[in-house]
Amino acid sequence: MDCIKKKELACFAVKARMGTVESVYCAKAGHPGGSLSICDVLAYLYNCEMKVDPKNPKWEDRDRFVLSKGHAAPALYATLALKGFFPVDDLKTLRKSDSYLQGHPNMNKVPGVDMSTGSLGQGISAAVGMALGAKFDGKDFRVYTILGDGEIEEGEVWEAAMFAGNRQLDNLVAFVDFNGLQIDGTVDEVNSPYPIADKFRAFNWNVAEIDGHDFDAIEAALENARNTKGRPTCIVMKTVKGKGVSYMENEVGWHGKAPNDEEYQTAKAELDKALQELEA
Amino acid sequence: MAEVIKCATRDAYGKALVELADKGKNIIVLDADLAAATKTGMFKKAHPERFVDVGIAEANLMGVAAGLAATGHTVFASSFAMFAAGRAFEQIRNSIGYPHLNVKIGATHAGISVGEDGASHQCCEDIALMRSIPGMVILNPADDIEARLCVLAAADYDGPVYMRFGRLAVPRVFDESYDFKIGKGNILSEGSDVTIIASGLMVKEAVEAGELLKNEGISARIVNMATIKPIDRELVIDSAKKTGAIVTAEEHNIIGGLGSAVAEVVCESVPVPVVRVGVNDVYGKSGPAVELLHIFGLDAQNIAAKAKQAVALK
Repeated sequence: MDCIKKKELACFAVKARMGTVESVYCAKAGHPGGSLSICDVLAYLYNCEMKVDPKNPKWEDRDRFVLSKGHAAPALYATLALKGFFPVDDLKTLRKSDSYLQGHPNMNKVPGVDMSTGSLGQGISAAVGMALGAKFDGKDFRVYTILGDGEIEEGEVWEAAMFAGNRQLDNLVAFVDFNGLQIDGTVDEVNSPYPIADKFRAFNWNVAEIDGHDFDAIEAALENARNTKGRPTCIVMKTVKGKGVSYMENEVGWHGKAPNDEEYQTAKAELDKALQELEA
Repeated sequence: MAEVIKCATRDAYGKALVELADKGKNIIVLDADLAAATKTGMFKKAHPERFVDVGIAEANLMGVAAGLAATGHTVFASSFAMFAAGRAFEQIRNSIGYPHLNVKIGATHAGISVGEDGASHQCCEDIALMRSIPGMVILNPADDIEARLCVLAAADYDGPVYMRFGRLAVPRVFDESYDFKIGKGNILSEGSDVTIIASGLMVKEAVEAGELLKNEGISARIVNMATIKPIDRELVIDSAKKTGAIVTAEEHNIIGGLGSAVAEVVCESVPVPVVRVGVNDVYGKSGPAVELLHIFGLDAQNIAAKAKQAVALK
């Protein structure tokens, strides 16, 4: 990937982080940690990978995206707003009673949201159904979903994984946001899902293990997924929960709380600085 | 006297799915390793390219159905009532109900009449669960004629529908001239002292109860209420006004099903006595289906007794 493209993606991801932090701050509630960890992969998906049209969000042949870890909605909303699906200014209305930006994604209210999610384990099944739908219609759209590493403790994930592997749904890519933390502690302390990659391999998936903040690695893994026939692809991406905001990074306490005024100013200053450095 | 035709509503479900596809309706049918029992096996045989078995995984069954519907397909997802409404309740609520996706849930083996398999498989809670989901349509046909029409109507309806079918072959109530509409109950016979509102296999029992009551000088209006949700408020209110007492009859827990739906309307509109016949908040047990129905009071005799109770309460 050339430097200019990489810099553009990095800028986009920082802006998505800004939107994430600002929306959660304005809402006084939400899930910043696991949102910030997926901003880079969302930046890549929506700028380089997926066929989508912000002016025609229900376009039949678009690629689909399902945020199986629906609590990371702030990152998805910020990404969609930056792509022009709806005004960036609306991010400030997140979780308000008169807003269409629900705490978890709603496909009937938010332009660009392809599936209502929030209850863990269910999004991947819907993504599998969409991939199957494409096969039924002989369409070549692809389906992308992001799972949390804690989320894969849900049994339904493995029902879906078994079925997708068996049905050879090679138009499906599932990312696992491997940030190592869930509400009650580290994922291995709570109920270790390790080894994650081997589990998906055993379910007949093509598996890649990458750094989820490395655009070159994301690009290579997605190219490999597109070239893989007869198997769905799982990309286990190592990420930093809270990425981009120093005091949130790798801190389990930032799974589901909003920054106060002072914390917000610190986060904003850090992200502003990161953006300035990228644009310099 | 002509022989009464007996047919399980699950058989009518399987046949109607085939009929839909034969007529060019682009449906997809899913099952979770119960195709032979739910009768989607008929569809699998006739249209294998439109049938998918997801294996023994009901949560994923509902999620895959939702994903298919989100890509524009009309999907029928089938399992036993216990595993469809029971095990996968939250998938139905969050992945199908909340986004109002076009998934038709074909739930067979509902109620006590499952028979020998016993309590673990006798789902008498499914209607209560499904009623609590906003926007869910619930259909519980009385015989094979009505079951077929329910399936055809569900296919034409845009949104989630829960269809409740039985395992047991039940006597036919309707003839080919019967016209079914979602949300409309129908009066099978007129009466003035009490109304019996029934659904599923209890409709035939209600008709017989009407005869028993007639012999005792009680005139009962008999109503078939195949759509549990949205309930036909107009017909319930009309029945309460005209007969002043109501008995409900269903093969379901008396909590949360047809009886509750009717009582809710009556209490808020025309308060008159409502007596419920159903499974009395207990688990089922193993035994021959017809014998069990009598043991649990799901028969004409009990409906007639409860009707007299309702009349006495006026």
